[in-house]
Amino acid sequence: MTMMSPMQTNPTTAAATVPGTAEPISIRAAGFDGFYGSFQALKGISLDIPRNQVTAFIGPSGCGKSTFLRWMNRMNDTIAGARASGTLTLDGEDILARSVDVVDLRRRVGMVFQRPNPFPKSIFDNVAFGPRLHWRHSRADLEDLVEQSLRSAALWNEVKDRLHASALGLSGGQQQRLCIARAIAGGPEVLLMDEPCSALDPKSTASVEELIRELRTAYTIVIVTHNMQQASRVSDRTAFFFEGSLIESGQTETLFTNPKSKQTEDYVTGRFG
Amino acid sequence: MAQSAVAATTSAARGTPIPRSSRDRSERVVKSVLLSFSLLSIVTTFSIVAVLGIEAWGFFTGFPDKPGIGLVPFLTGTEWSPLLGGEQKFGVLPLVCGTLLVTVIAGAFALPIGLVTAIFLSEYAPSRLRVVLKSALEVLAGVPTVVYGFFALAVITPALQRFSDAFGTYNALSAGLAVGIMILPIVCSLSEDALRAVPQSLRDGSSALGGTKFDTSVKVVLPAALSGIMASFLLALTRAIGETMIVALAAGGLAQMTMNPSSQVQTMTGFIVAIFTGDAQANSVEYASSYAVAATLFLMTLALTLAGTAILKRFREEYE
Repeated sequence: MTMMSPMQTNPTTAAATVPGTAEPISIRAAGFDGFYGSFQALKGISLDIPRNQVTAFIGPSGCGKSTFLRWMNRMNDTIAGARASGTLTLDGEDILARSVDVVDLRRRVGMVFQRPNPFPKSIFDNVAFGPRLHWRHSRADLEDLVEQSLRSAALWNEVKDRLHASALGLSGGQQQRLCIARAIAGGPEVLLMDEPCSALDPKSTASVEELIRELRTAYTIVIVTHNMQQASRVSDRTAFFFEGSLIESGQTETLFTNPKSKQTEDYVTGRFG
Repeated sequence: MAQSAVAATTSAARGTPIPRSSRDRSERVVKSVLLSFSLLSIVTTFSIVAVLGIEAWGFFTGFPDKPGIGLVPFLTGTEWSPLLGGEQKFGVLPLVCGTLLVTVIAGAFALPIGLVTAIFLSEYAPSRLRVVLKSALEVLAGVPTVVYGFFALAVITPALQRFSDAFGTYNALSAGLAVGIMILPIVCSLSEDALRAVPQSLRDGSSALGGTKFDTSVKVVLPAALSGIMASFLLALTRAIGETMIVALAAGGLAQMTMNPSSQVQTMTGFIVAIFTGDAQANSVEYASSYAVAATLFLMTLALTLAGTAILKRFREEYE
């Protein structure tokens, strides 16, 4: 809870809005550099991610979009030689500070991975994993929370009769929605999704995309995707990365139909990438 | 690509074609050689089992003039005194009891320590330390068991005697601890394999939910690897049950129904060694009894091995 202490909150940045709009900012990066050893993977990124919207990161492989995502919940901490400088804040609070309680940060910033990674436990225990780490619940409260999370992830009706069956028995798309339910059960503000549909078939992809659009009313969502159609379908805002730099960001529709930069135009029209 | 295809055609055209009949002949030869070698190991295994079975049957039925010999008294008798000239008793339970006591002590020592070490190696240790510790364990695994027996007599027993006068020169605890040290590398190495086989994505999933390293190790990795760990336990216990040299040297030679770790015990393997290195005559009843003991031992270890294999099989299907 250290990072939530009011002492560290800077009211001016906490109330900041995306320039030119009235949208409150959830995550803000300013002059953000990310390194793996001596390799600079991210160069001077400045980006505002508005609350309760879907922001898509697009760009060719190795452009740094996933790396940037993994800094937002400090998942890069475990990688030897990974370090960052510059500003990265969540609700105005520094994410990169040494004093940040990473456990609490990750409770507030949930993550969904490229391949569904349910634990080899029951469906119920998967969803209850996060809540059990952070709170003591009565059994009834926990059951309620699991149901709510599964409902939010549009999975409840499919699994309500087999909550105590293994999660590994679910289909790929169901597993990914279970991972989303697991991520939201801990009560995060932000959901990071690292190519959440790349291991799914088209039908499962459609169901996960629909879910993402529904979830933005409650969560700030950042999604990394290789798929430009997906970015245009699910996101409100899009940021285009290339070779570690943020080339352009803005309203998704504008970025796709009327990009400012030639590089963005070439990428979104499929000329490279 | 085009160039190399051209080169291949020209060089092939220079040689003489190998006739199909010669290819087929060498395939047949290779197949029969492989088959006969695999048959050899199967035949050997079944021969050993057959000899054990036949000789054990000979013990149960071959001495009608002696009272108290038979399958039921053998399996239920609580006295084992095959060498005392007057009244020989052949109830195997004291030997089973001795074997179990030594195995339980070895397991109580090696399973927790081995598992904790495996968790440390797999989840916590920096890679350099892991390499050093793993090679130390491999050295431990390569030590001949007679050295462990000697170690039990020369080091463990005197150390135990400092704590209590109850420990004699030969005692179950000393032998059990030495067997425990012997099986430690098995537990550790196989458990570590099972833990490391857990996909990294599960660890990432746990830490992304706010799990600490300890949460991740204990609540995700350990349960996911549980069946592999159980299999490593069973295989290690199988080795402990069958271990011979350490118990022959350090456990003593008196078969008794006791669970007291300070007393001397004889294990099934220890008895078999005593018979074959002692002055029992071939065809004598005590000589024949060793086959019945060996058959019992074989069935016990077979049961554990089968259980271990069954668990490992389940383990392979774990992450699909």
